[in-house]
Amino acid sequence: MNAPTDLAAFLAEQEKKSLLRFLTCGSVDDGKSTLIGRLLYDTKLLFEDHLAALERDSKKFGTTGDDIDFALLVDGLEAEREQGITIDVAYRFFATDKRKFIVADTPGHEQYTRNMATGASNSELAVILIDARKGVLVQTRRHAYIASLLGIRHLVLAVNKIDLVGYSKDVFDGIVREFSVFAEKLGFASIVPIPISARFGDNVIASSPNMPWYTGPALLSHLETVDVETALADKPFRFPVQWVNRPNLDFRGFSGTIAGGRIRPGDAIAVAKSGRTSSVKRIVTMDGDRDEAVAGEAVTLVLADEVDISRGDVLCAPQARPDVSGQFAAHLLWMAEDELLPGRQYLLKLATTTAPVQVTALKHKIDVNTLDQHAAKTLQLNEVGYANFSTIQPLAFDPYRESRDMGGFILIDRFTNATVGAGMVDFGLRRATNVHWQALDVDKQARAQQKGQKPVVLWFTGLSGSGKSTIANLVEKALLAEGRHTYLLDGDNIRHGLNRDLGFTDADRVENIRRVGETAKLFVDAGLIVLTSFISPFRSERRMARDLVGEGEFVEVFVDTPIEICMQRDPKGLYEKAKAGQIKNFTGIDSPYEAPDLADLHIKTEDADAATHAAAIVEFLRERGYIG
Amino acid sequence: MAAEFANPVMLYSIGKDSSVMLHLALKAFYPAKPPFPLLHVDTTWKFREMVQFRDETAKRLGLNLLVHINEDGVKRGINPFDSGSSLHTQVMKTESLKQALDKYGFDAAFGGARRDEEKSRAKERVFSFRSADHAWDPKNQRPELWRVYNTRINKGESIRVFPLSNWTELDIWQYIMAENIPIVPLYFAKKRPIVERDGTLIMVDDDRMKLQKGEEVQDRLVRFRTLGCYPLTGAIDSDADTLEGIVTEMFTARTSERQGRLIDSDEKSSMEKKKKEGYF
Repeated sequence: MNAPTDLAAFLAEQEKKSLLRFLTCGSVDDGKSTLIGRLLYDTKLLFEDHLAALERDSKKFGTTGDDIDFALLVDGLEAEREQGITIDVAYRFFATDKRKFIVADTPGHEQYTRNMATGASNSELAVILIDARKGVLVQTRRHAYIASLLGIRHLVLAVNKIDLVGYSKDVFDGIVREFSVFAEKLGFASIVPIPISARFGDNVIASSPNMPWYTGPALLSHLETVDVETALADKPFRFPVQWVNRPNLDFRGFSGTIAGGRIRPGDAIAVAKSGRTSSVKRIVTMDGDRDEAVAGEAVTLVLADEVDISRGDVLCAPQARPDVSGQFAAHLLWMAEDELLPGRQYLLKLATTTAPVQVTALKHKIDVNTLDQHAAKTLQLNEVGYANFSTIQPLAFDPYRESRDMGGFILIDRFTNATVGAGMVDFGLRRATNVHWQALDVDKQARAQQKGQKPVVLWFTGLSGSGKSTIANLVEKALLAEGRHTYLLDGDNIRHGLNRDLGFTDADRVENIRRVGETAKLFVDAGLIVLTSFISPFRSERRMARDLVGEGEFVEVFVDTPIEICMQRDPKGLYEKAKAGQIKNFTGIDSPYEAPDLADLHIKTEDADAATHAAAIVEFLRERGYIG
Repeated sequence: MAAEFANPVMLYSIGKDSSVMLHLALKAFYPAKPPFPLLHVDTTWKFREMVQFRDETAKRLGLNLLVHINEDGVKRGINPFDSGSSLHTQVMKTESLKQALDKYGFDAAFGGARRDEEKSRAKERVFSFRSADHAWDPKNQRPELWRVYNTRINKGESIRVFPLSNWTELDIWQYIMAENIPIVPLYFAKKRPIVERDGTLIMVDDDRMKLQKGEEVQDRLVRFRTLGCYPLTGAIDSDADTLEGIVTEMFTARTSERQGRLIDSDEKSSMEKKKKEGYF
């Protein structure tokens, strides 16, 4: 970029410059980082001190002999430089006279698919590198698929190292033909193939004299001119509320960034979830009120009426509202070492809403290398699946292809707080809007009153052989003797009937507990005191069962017996079999038990006998007012 | 972030990036004031004009400014001349920042760092997770998609938030010019008392700076591209005394801004190392 002569005119021009966000992907030795280094170097955006450091590093770690190794410029982490690979996404910035660019340099290995998806989520174009000597590889297909999955519509197929195949037109044409056949079904708006040599700069900045047969644009000129406008401002109005702005009693506004469309004072709006309507009175900014605001701008809206709105609500155009549903179908990329467990409760974050969610049906997983669909019970790290989701409360969303902001979501593990998945809404499932709860005249309260007790779930958890069932049985007997109405759910009456289709894998254990939780919920609704006796090894599922019933209707009883004692007791001989390898996935042996952090009752069986503990539990119920 | 954390804070370093970040916060929350205090970790070696600007800014905007000094470091007599830049930064910045975050129990802190500054920063998330002892684990960062940020943390853990991640130095200056944002006068060229030491132009800001043999103080027309502790921040020869002049100069710059920061070049991967230890 040249130094400006007329600064005012120059700055005006700068403001008009559009921004292109793109990512580069390719496999290990395709030369991605080299290409970015080359772009920065040739657009003179490498500073002298960076260059000096680069020359030093090239001698030390470089893989290009005496030449500068540009890859070292972008591989910012020590481990990356030492191993000569890209692990994490790096962002680089450069500008030409025509456009500003943000490049996400993403790793090519299959085990870093999630990092590529991260880079793709904010990009409008993808540059996929292919080594001309190797042609279209499995990873080329994977990269193209992930790019299309994340909504990228424009592709550049950079056939790199063309110098190493003698600048051959035939090689280039063959690669382009093969790729085009594959990419047809991915629905890209544009695919532009360019033969380049990142190392020597052919067709990177300027057209190369080495390939007179190639008449298309050089890479940079294509990036400068490609039209990727998605025209968010022409879409229906969407405004996810980030923050309620209330500096004093006289002002109440809603702050956020417009995700789609445009808004003017006087325009009607609706609150997506509640359906309430109002109109915009003012568009407030620090630089004065505005006559109009469009997608991408952060503003504070003041409405004409007092409407109940909080963070997570979406203001929208009344004539074009988003879906509002607790059920939807979405593509899901799994990003965690721990597998996805359908039925487990995760937290979903979409726009400004955070809500508990579960995968209710995993339809299939997609082989990212061939696009084949396979039946699946779970998703492993870097796998892509298609699933139905269910939230407890309805959610406002748009399909991802309509709006990345309103259709892209992450899943968060409730205990580790890790980001475990990235989802792209395909469409809302109508069940939520069509199946209304049947309002019944006889309700839980009436049933409970009739029985003279407060319904509750006593959830016994602990290792096999810890004494859960023994104590639960004694508690139920004592309650029955008092004339209480109870029901005990345990392995015997559940595993042999309702859940006889389930085994002992993690996924099946989660589903087992989900069904127990739902059954317990119905019995609580019937006004009963429900006792459940299951190992229930995972915190998340116990949390899920707790969340199914109302506040104060769940008492977690941790039956705490050291595993050595459980193994000694071994009432059913199960530990013996597990140790002998005859039973797989046995809790405490080759499957984990996650002890409760905050059980409502913590029972140490070594301290007293079962009858004493049972009496203490009944006393607890009396103290808390569950029984009179 | 302000909506999702219990006790957020904005790290205010008085530099140009902090000025832009603060300005953005004022705009974002208008007409309310930003619902968090400013925290300045004072190494006691900042330029006097920076401290003056800091206090005036907080007063002018009516914001709550917290200033934290590592008193233990002061007692130990840690200073950039005798202790070396590395130890000074470790004790008076990194340790001091951790002390302050722990003292007030902040669970989220805004910072003005940009990805174009340094290559390990280019790898950092906008919402950067820190463990209970404030450490950054570059190999185990949360994936960050779209504009959806995972703000969930357990007690004691925290998040550093870098809203200017995708801004470049040039973006910063153009924005300062477009929005007329007040900045510390040290960014503008002026005759200042300068000592040239190991090729770096150090400004003699007070009498704690002892001259070495053969050094003499000259009045030189200089300005600063970046501001830190005065003994560790090199000036550049420049006659750019207006924003227009600075922006024009930026276009012809052939060295990066952190070149003037002595702490970056202490050792290989030194920024990555400092960040793992809890540096901003």
